Amino acid sequence: MNLQIKPILSALRQHKAGTILIALQIALTLAIVCNALFIVHQRVERANRQTGMDESNVITVQNRYVGKPDTFIPLVQTDVAALRNIPGVDAAYVTNAYPLRRGGWSTGIQIDPTKTKDSLPSALYFVDEQALKTLGVKLIAGRNFTPSEVVNLPAQSTPAPAQVIITKAIADKLFPKGDALGKTLYYAKNKPSTVIGIVEKLTVPWVEYDHMDNVTLMPIRFDSGYQHFIVRTKPGQQDAVFKAIPPALYKVSRMRVLPEKYGVRTFDTVRANAYEADHGMAILMTVVCAVLLAITAAGIVGLSSFWVGQRRKQIGVRRALGARRSDILSYFMTENFLIALGGVIVGTILALGLSQWMLKYFEMPRVSPTYVGVGVILLLVLGQAAVFAPALRASKVSPVEATRSV
Amino acid sequence: MFGYYLELALRSLKRSKALTALMVLAVAMGIGACMTTLTVLHVVSGDPIPAKSHKLFTPQVEPRDKDNGFYSKGEPPEQVSWRDGMALLKAHRADRQALMTGGMAPVQPANASQDPFFVHARYTTADFFAMFDVPLKYGHGWSATEDERRERIAVISSSLNEKLFHGEDSTGRTVRFNGADLRVVGVAEPWRPHPHFYDLNSGNYAESEDVYMPLGTARDIHGPRAGSRDCWGVGANVEESTLETSNCTWLQLWVEIDDPARVADYKAFLIHYSEDQLAAGSFHMPANVRLRNVVEWLDFQKVVPSDVHLQVWLALGFFVVCLVNTVGLMLAKFMRRSSEVGVRRALGASRRAVFAQLVTEAGIVGLAGGVAGLLLALFGLWMVRQQPDQYASLAHLDMSMLAGTFGMAIGATVVAGLLPAWRACQITPALQLKSQ
Repeated sequence: MNLQIKPILSALRQHKAGTILIALQIALTLAIVCNALFIVHQRVERANRQTGMDESNVITVQNRYVGKPDTFIPLVQTDVAALRNIPGVDAAYVTNAYPLRRGGWSTGIQIDPTKTKDSLPSALYFVDEQALKTLGVKLIAGRNFTPSEVVNLPAQSTPAPAQVIITKAIADKLFPKGDALGKTLYYAKNKPSTVIGIVEKLTVPWVEYDHMDNVTLMPIRFDSGYQHFIVRTKPGQQDAVFKAIPPALYKVSRMRVLPEKYGVRTFDTVRANAYEADHGMAILMTVVCAVLLAITAAGIVGLSSFWVGQRRKQIGVRRALGARRSDILSYFMTENFLIALGGVIVGTILALGLSQWMLKYFEMPRVSPTYVGVGVILLLVLGQAAVFAPALRASKVSPVEATRSV
Repeated sequence: MFGYYLELALRSLKRSKALTALMVLAVAMGIGACMTTLTVLHVVSGDPIPAKSHKLFTPQVEPRDKDNGFYSKGEPPEQVSWRDGMALLKAHRADRQALMTGGMAPVQPANASQDPFFVHARYTTADFFAMFDVPLKYGHGWSATEDERRERIAVISSSLNEKLFHGEDSTGRTVRFNGADLRVVGVAEPWRPHPHFYDLNSGNYAESEDVYMPLGTARDIHGPRAGSRDCWGVGANVEESTLETSNCTWLQLWVEIDDPARVADYKAFLIHYSEDQLAAGSFHMPANVRLRNVVEWLDFQKVVPSDVHLQVWLALGFFVVCLVNTVGLMLAKFMRRSSEVGVRRALGASRRAVFAQLVTEAGIVGLAGGVAGLLLALFGLWMVRQQPDQYASLAHLDMSMLAGTFGMAIGATVVAGLLPAWRACQITPALQLKSQ
């Protein structure tokens, strides 16, 4: 093998343009493919982030009431009762927002009652005593709300109930010593709220947020014509309950709108909707990578075939002088390997440069070396696979070829 | 002569079908990917109101206290309060001005068998229609006097008109919006500036509203707002019904200044206004104003999604690889024909003639690649339209993009053919003939 490298290099010097083109193509392909696959990896990872909920058997309902009663609260309470009465429903509650809803409220939390500056942002979920069970989140300290703690909140006023449950992320940030339970927080100036419970994890309603795990649960019935119901069904009953929800609600009152697209959704759909764009991007990137690799492979097959065709006579001479078929095969394989090696070296530099550029303009993390490594191996293997057929054809050139056309 | 080159080219392309197909396919894929992503970029970064984007400005002032001004890193709030908005509106310092906010509420059709449905609305002052060149199919907008009187009137979109009145001239008829009866004074033609520049809170590429009504009327009938509200200061509970007097920004203000020379005057006016307010104790921070036109505003708000840029770069990179691939394959193809070139050169064909012929061949590959690429782009755009993004439904190929496709395909492949053709021309006829 190693004996052949020198003659190969001198032969390649005769085909500078072709050699450079293949190497360049491999380099560019490597740079694009490993960065693109890294983006795919990020998007898939993002779309698989946990919400802290037990997401199976959960259904969400978006509901808008039509009409202008003095208060929506009795309507809401009737609806929640109707939902809890559907056979197969385990628990249900009404809220303003939930994880992956892509819309909700946030506010700043203060420990000092007189300040509004430097506060810790938190998403707000308005819940009742059934929320923890419905969401399937784990209470790691303290207790749940009691039904009597749930208070009515007039439309467009500032929520600051006497009791709150917070996520561990907030507890750890505000009380690093781990003594958050029973402490007082301020969601509005001079309106204290006591921490009565801490849940392990629950994420904000947005998919893009600086503090994904900062959530506060508030025992509040919000007086608004726009509500979300969350329903947990008994295992195996999800489909039946899903079908039963709209008729059950319409039976209570027809003066409502359940939008066609985002009206009644299983949580699987909620998740799919939330990360639709990421999925689209991941699929696009994967397809582009596959096509790029295919085109590069086809290009190698094309150029190698041409070189084999051009050198039939030399191959014949070598065979006549005693070279075995395997020698010819390994000659072309080695040749391709050397070109590909040159390509991946340049490609690695390009890939890192591209990553650096994306870091600057798209604020993306730097490509992980694993991805560059995998890309390098992928392209070397691809090159070998692509050159194999032309090389095999070359090895079948008969020694007689040397005597022809001279 | 060109006809002869064409014939030779076609003949040669037919001889090696697989190689030709590979080249055409590579060009087509590259072109298809580029055209799809560039069209999307073209759509999302388009000028929503080309005739006026440099004449329309959104004034920003800083009414907040130090505690809250802290959050926006020296930028004044993106919206204005009722007090500032009304003061600037009534100052009439620009050629036109409108104060507005978005809303959403149910419309109850007169026909009881039709279910009520929700529509997006815009609560605005009179100049909106003239300032944004909203085309009206029937009727007209309203005047400042009607604003002042808070009349129960509305302009509706043509799609709402279709739904409620079967597309007839509905001026004078009534729309029941959020429980209040509004008299239709005008029907707008389909109008959808994208991005939705005048209120990005509704979504960057949101569709236009279905109901437009005077801002004062909307306050009277308690039209529910849909948008953001940013409040500051002490006095925690802000009620929706008292937003007029509260320390909250929740309105968008747009002004039209036709004479570029007067833009600086308007900015000076804003500073002057802020200083007066500071002196009177209504403002708390030193004058900090912005006066961005539509283009600057969209730029500042980073409206174009970064994924779209990323996709364009990806497609361009992809196209470059496809081109390098094509150059390699063409080189192989042309060099394989060395003997043919040798014979032609020996028979008296000039280098230029051989070169021209080979470049013609490259051009044909480009043309075929362009046609196939166009089909791929149409398919790609169809795929984009299936996506959930707000801008997806806007992704259509226009004439300039169509011309661009062909120009790019042919131009790129001809450039790609230059090196191989030049190399092929360097062949010494004698050497080739001898080795035959």
